[in-house]
Amino acid sequence: MIGSPLDLWKEETLTKVLKRVAELVAVLFIVSLGTFWLVSKMDTDPAVTMLGEGRTEAEYAAVRDDLGLNDPLLVRYWDWLSHAVTGDLGKSVVPPYNGISDRIAGALPVSVELAVLGMGMALLFCIPLAMWSAYRPGGRVDRLVGAGALGVLSIPSFLAGLLIIMVLANGLGWFPRAQWTRLGDGIGQNLYHAFLPALTIALAETAMFTRILRNDLVTTLQDDFIMSAKAKGMGPVHIMVSDALRPSSFSLMTLMGIGLGRLIGSTVIVEYLFALPGMGSLVIGAANTGDFVTVQGAVLVIAVIYVLTNALIDASYGYLDPRIRRAHV
Amino acid sequence: MSDLAQTTDPAGAMDPAAAAVTVVSAEDAAAVRLGTPGLLRCWLPLLAGVAAFVVALVALRGQGWLTAAVALLGLILMHAGGAALGRRRKGPEFDLTAWLCAIWLAIIILAAVFAPMLPLAEEQNLSLTLDQPVMARPDLLTDHPLGTNNFGLDLLARVIYGARASLVVSIGAVVIALVVGGSIGIAAGYFRKLTDATVGILTNSLLAIPPLILLIALATVLDPTLPNIAFALSLMALPSMVRMARASTLTFVQREFVLAGKAMGASHLRLMMRELLPNVILPLLSYGMIIVSVLIVAESSLSFLGLGIQAPEPSWGNMIAEGEGNTFEEHPHIVLVPGAAVFLTVFAFNMLGEKARKRFDPRQAKI
Amino acid sequence: MTSNATRESTRPAERPRSGTLLAVEDLRTVIHTARGDLKAVDGVSFTLDRGETIGIVGESGSGKSVLGRTIMGLHTTGPTTTISGRVMFDGRDVQSLGPKDLRSLWGSQIGMVFQDPMTALNPVKKIGVHLTETLRKHQGLGRTPARERAVELLDLVGIPDPRRRIDQFPHEMSGGMRQRVVIAMALANEPALLIADEPTTALDVTVQRQILDLLGNLQAEMGMAIILISHNLGVVAGRADRVAVMYAGRVAETADAKTLFADPRHPYSEALLRAIPRLHEPPHVRLAAIDGAPPNMVQPPVGCRFAPRCAYAQEDCRTVLPELEPAATGHLFACHHPVNRGEN
Repeated sequence: MIGSPLDLWKEETLTKVLKRVAELVAVLFIVSLGTFWLVSKMDTDPAVTMLGEGRTEAEYAAVRDDLGLNDPLLVRYWDWLSHAVTGDLGKSVVPPYNGISDRIAGALPVSVELAVLGMGMALLFCIPLAMWSAYRPGGRVDRLVGAGALGVLSIPSFLAGLLIIMVLANGLGWFPRAQWTRLGDGIGQNLYHAFLPALTIALAETAMFTRILRNDLVTTLQDDFIMSAKAKGMGPVHIMVSDALRPSSFSLMTLMGIGLGRLIGSTVIVEYLFALPGMGSLVIGAANTGDFVTVQGAVLVIAVIYVLTNALIDASYGYLDPRIRRAHV
Repeated sequence: MSDLAQTTDPAGAMDPAAAAVTVVSAEDAAAVRLGTPGLLRCWLPLLAGVAAFVVALVALRGQGWLTAAVALLGLILMHAGGAALGRRRKGPEFDLTAWLCAIWLAIIILAAVFAPMLPLAEEQNLSLTLDQPVMARPDLLTDHPLGTNNFGLDLLARVIYGARASLVVSIGAVVIALVVGGSIGIAAGYFRKLTDATVGILTNSLLAIPPLILLIALATVLDPTLPNIAFALSLMALPSMVRMARASTLTFVQREFVLAGKAMGASHLRLMMRELLPNVILPLLSYGMIIVSVLIVAESSLSFLGLGIQAPEPSWGNMIAEGEGNTFEEHPHIVLVPGAAVFLTVFAFNMLGEKARKRFDPRQAKI
Repeated sequence: MTSNATRESTRPAERPRSGTLLAVEDLRTVIHTARGDLKAVDGVSFTLDRGETIGIVGESGSGKSVLGRTIMGLHTTGPTTTISGRVMFDGRDVQSLGPKDLRSLWGSQIGMVFQDPMTALNPVKKIGVHLTETLRKHQGLGRTPARERAVELLDLVGIPDPRRRIDQFPHEMSGGMRQRVVIAMALANEPALLIADEPTTALDVTVQRQILDLLGNLQAEMGMAIILISHNLGVVAGRADRVAVMYAGRVAETADAKTLFADPRHPYSEALLRAIPRLHEPPHVRLAAIDGAPPNMVQPPVGCRFAPRCAYAQEDCRTVLPELEPAATGHLFACHHPVNRGEN
């Protein structure tokens, strides 16, 4: 009796997973094609970018031929994609012409660290804030936190970053600005330098998370099982932490998925602002110099990471809510 | 055993007391607790605020941070007093902040529309401002109430022309996204099946690139003209518009009035335009309000990165970028003036969007 | 943390087995809503002895659930609610207790069983945690003894294979099993009073009986008093010593169960009785329904609350609110024109 629904469950899950994977592949395929097509429309001539002005037309033509730019778009796309899946994203068309995969490999850890630190800080801040507001919905704390969150959300990250630099780095001199120490050179130094950028990222995320978690907590707190925990004599802190928090964190997880795009965006801005050698600086630098191969490669890598992280977040619902494991049957 | 609830069903399954407890949740409780403020709580802060503001402008003129702090304090006091007065006169539902947001947006939009007719100092042409003070501090009682930048260009004028650019681009983008995304979404929700699946994959693909990265990639390719920027921004807003329109369509497509229309032999187009569109448009519009603010931020981020509207043409983003480096240490107003403009505008949109969403969100509507 | 004194008083051996446990005096619960003040409980009085069972019966919206929660102290006077009257539980005024004292009362001296076992258990917590957390809080048990006790409790409420069940999630159990868990939770610390708010409404008919029998057996074993709240007189029949019929926040009639079933005086009680299907009647007989809807509790009718739906209503019913008056010892009803007048 127990065996057959379980098998059925496994089968259903497998079909579901396969369907999801197929969808992911389709999405990534369209994204890569779109990026490739878009960047090929760029009106700067890569040959000119590479050689500089004032060479003969024959020289330019030779470079174009060398880059394969005279082939039809789909041939070039196939060529690029088949290399890309093996990890070779080509070479930059501006000096020092180094391999893009290597540059991305150098830049990615910086961005990931910033994003993870920012997200971590935001979670750390948002849970107590949300609980405090949800404890008395409509109360003084709730209204204050709500207004504060809306206010923080209305500050663009580049402005927030500038203000943070203005106060904490230049005004008070507590933290350095525009320096980066690699994680390998000592974790203390690394965190010290990463603190302000991470804080900038965390601000908007905290506001977003607090609002959503607060709303979910308020809803969860009206559930029957909260009343039954209360009727057992459990205290408000126990109810908040042990009963309400986990069922309330689904929207937070979804939001982390949806907000990941914004997170990557603010990471890009923050890297630019603090002159940190991450993916954002790489993309913006390449965009400003017309280095289309780098933009292509970086956008593809970012899209792959973004899509896969979102899929992982989807998959982790099952852990948070045991009901979901069965609800899919 | 019998079920009495069945025999008395007209009462409805809901226990009225339980329903009341739910109704009395957040907002009502706040209203109850706030009560009606006394006269003193209205006028005292209001007058003190006005006094502080005047002191800041006249007596403390040119004191830098001190002036700013006292003026800010005055504004906060005035807000507290005004909010209390409003609740006293109009009842506990009165929300001064929301009114101020609406007024601010009205001022910004009107100023942006009528900018060429306003008596503003020069905002763009460097050759006309050779005799003007450079990096003048904001002082409401001079010719440059919000100060000037390092070319002597007037910041008030630049903020207003910046608003013009930002608003044109963002609202343009929202309109494009609303029309295109709304139609696609309604069609996907109406036809389902293959249309829906295709639209789903395409929107997912668009969503697979983080918005700012998409913008940067587009900015690499496109010339930074206003229509191009609006187009790029509309791509950013498109997927969520499609999803939203599709979701609302799905909730309405099975309702009686649509089925009735179908049974009467109405055409697909007619059903979509006459029955679905009016129901889908409200949540879309209120969502558009919120997304405008997102797009204003996106545009200013892009301009801040030097990929959007190019200096010397003013935009809030590139004005803030002027303060980068060490300029803003000595001349904080270069960042703070356009920064305040962005903040207030985005805040106003968020605040009003929030109010609108509470009213029109289909998920919260009682059926 | 509970003090030693309170913990000792929960030990059943030292608890007296008779005497008044609960006295409710003119209890009123007013809920402030946007549409006005809702008088959910409007002047209810009754007493309950130790080990006794009272059935509180009324249709949806009659205020019986709010009454249960107010007795327990789950509703307290605050921005949304105003409570007047008194609830004396074991010599203490529940409404005057602070939140901390209330929490040491809940789950240890008063247990509550909720209507819907599907929602009364936290979906992300294992069955065991539901039980051990209350044991650890009120009895100060350690992790392992609490778990052992939880297994005993599951066994007590008739859950087979408790050692396996204890590590399951609520959704892995049937509704009846879940309600047994809820009962185990409420009785974990052997309370003196159990409030069962529609404990069987959400369950299958076959399971309803088992759950009610279980409650009866546990009562015989532990000796707690029970307030059995139901919209169904049939549920209460044979299980309650006394029955109070509630209508629109007020007690319409109260008597010991036998009397009420044999000789209802209030037209509403009579109507409720007629809505119970009888075994000796031929099948498919139409059950009597009560016409109309319960009154709007924000602005209740001026006279008798039941008058608009009452077949016997006369002019005075619409103007004068009837008070409870005795028919016999312990039999009270609030009606100007009671039924069954000639039969007793």
